[in-house]
Amino acid sequence: MKPGRFAYACPRTLDEALALAANGEAKCLAGGQSLMPMLNLRLARVEALIDLNRVPELARLERRDGILQVGATVRHRALEESPIARELQPLVPRAAREIGHLAIRNRGTIGGSLAHADPAAEWPLVAALLDAEVTLASAGGARKLPARDFFLGPLTTAASPSEIVTAITFPAAAAGTRFAFHKLCRRPGDFAIVAVAAAIRLDANGRCVAASLAVGGAHDVPLRARAAEGILTGSGGEIDAIRSAADAAARDCEPGSDVHGSAAFRRRMVTVLAARAIREASAPAA
Amino acid sequence: MEFQDRRTIRLRVNGRDVERDVEARRLLADFLREDLGLVATRLGCEHGVCGACTVLVDGASVRSCLLLAVQADGAEVGTLEGLAEGGTMHPLQQAFWDHHALQCGFCTSGFLMTACDLLASNPDPGEDEIRHGLSGNLCRCTGYANIVDAVAAAAKAMR
Repeated sequence: MKPGRFAYACPRTLDEALALAANGEAKCLAGGQSLMPMLNLRLARVEALIDLNRVPELARLERRDGILQVGATVRHRALEESPIARELQPLVPRAAREIGHLAIRNRGTIGGSLAHADPAAEWPLVAALLDAEVTLASAGGARKLPARDFFLGPLTTAASPSEIVTAITFPAAAAGTRFAFHKLCRRPGDFAIVAVAAAIRLDANGRCVAASLAVGGAHDVPLRARAAEGILTGSGGEIDAIRSAADAAARDCEPGSDVHGSAAFRRRMVTVLAARAIREASAPAA
Repeated sequence: MEFQDRRTIRLRVNGRDVERDVEARRLLADFLREDLGLVATRLGCEHGVCGACTVLVDGASVRSCLLLAVQADGAEVGTLEGLAEGGTMHPLQQAFWDHHALQCGFCTSGFLMTACDLLASNPDPGEDEIRHGLSGNLCRCTGYANIVDAVAAAAKAMR
């Protein structure tokens, strides 16, 4: 199908974009890999589209004060191939590779994915795991929200209709942190049925000094598995600790059922993927 | 700056300058097929799943059903019609022919354009990389084996 009629504007500066968004009636178009299918299928109708693809301020990918700052319209493929991202936050290119397919990564953007807020998508999960901050701007000013306050539910964020997601910032990975990203899907490039990401740092004796674990696809929002993190921190990678952490992660989730998998299946897969992710991220560096 | 229902766009398609007045909602795929008559670009699903409408925009493979024609203003667009040089097929086209990599042909344009992007960034891909690179294109006839073989053969021919 084809999209219904809408009006279109293509601002060249962020100020122009914010002015166009000010009355809260227009929808922003970034990479279009979620919004355009919904428009084509007429699951979504818009009066007006603000095309953000020619706003240079939104397209920057840079190191700023030691952190990784990614503009909203930076494309998945740029993050997959970015040497700065690989150096500062290696999970970012690792997760980017998992998104959709080549043609989707060429167009899709990190800000679009965050604003769309699919709880099974890669960027919301990575943002939750890494305590990333989302910058929202409106004609009245800008604010930063941690990922845990940005995602409110499936396809629902804290952004008001007149706000634009302008950037996301990832803290640099602490030296020695190891990451894992495990995704279950029927075909490569699909949305995850369940995905689990882990970041673990061990001391010289192999004892865990910092653990982060996040689950996608099994809850309303990308979920930080805090109980599991508590179990892992201070542990020495014992199989019992890994098992009880993986079980705790599954207990914290409230998955839904759909054609891709029942709630019980998803919960079970959280246990399996969490255990795999923890083991991989706690393995000694090769 | 104001919202508009229509815009005049200027772009290059297969090396030819084009200027047209289009509705904002016009998909790039429909612009290519209906306005320019370039019907090698196929529309399968029209929601970004099948890959049949893949074209190159500034060298990168994209789904032309998920891009508005107005967004291609100023861009260099490549479609299957621009691949052959006169009567000589592109090495990818030749390899698809040689390896029987198509049956009904509906998906073929999309596979070829995707493979162009894949080989431009990775001239010597392994089988896994080829499969990963082509994963966004669906073929309901061939079972993919011959398509993977064809892309590997084309990569060798182009190196």
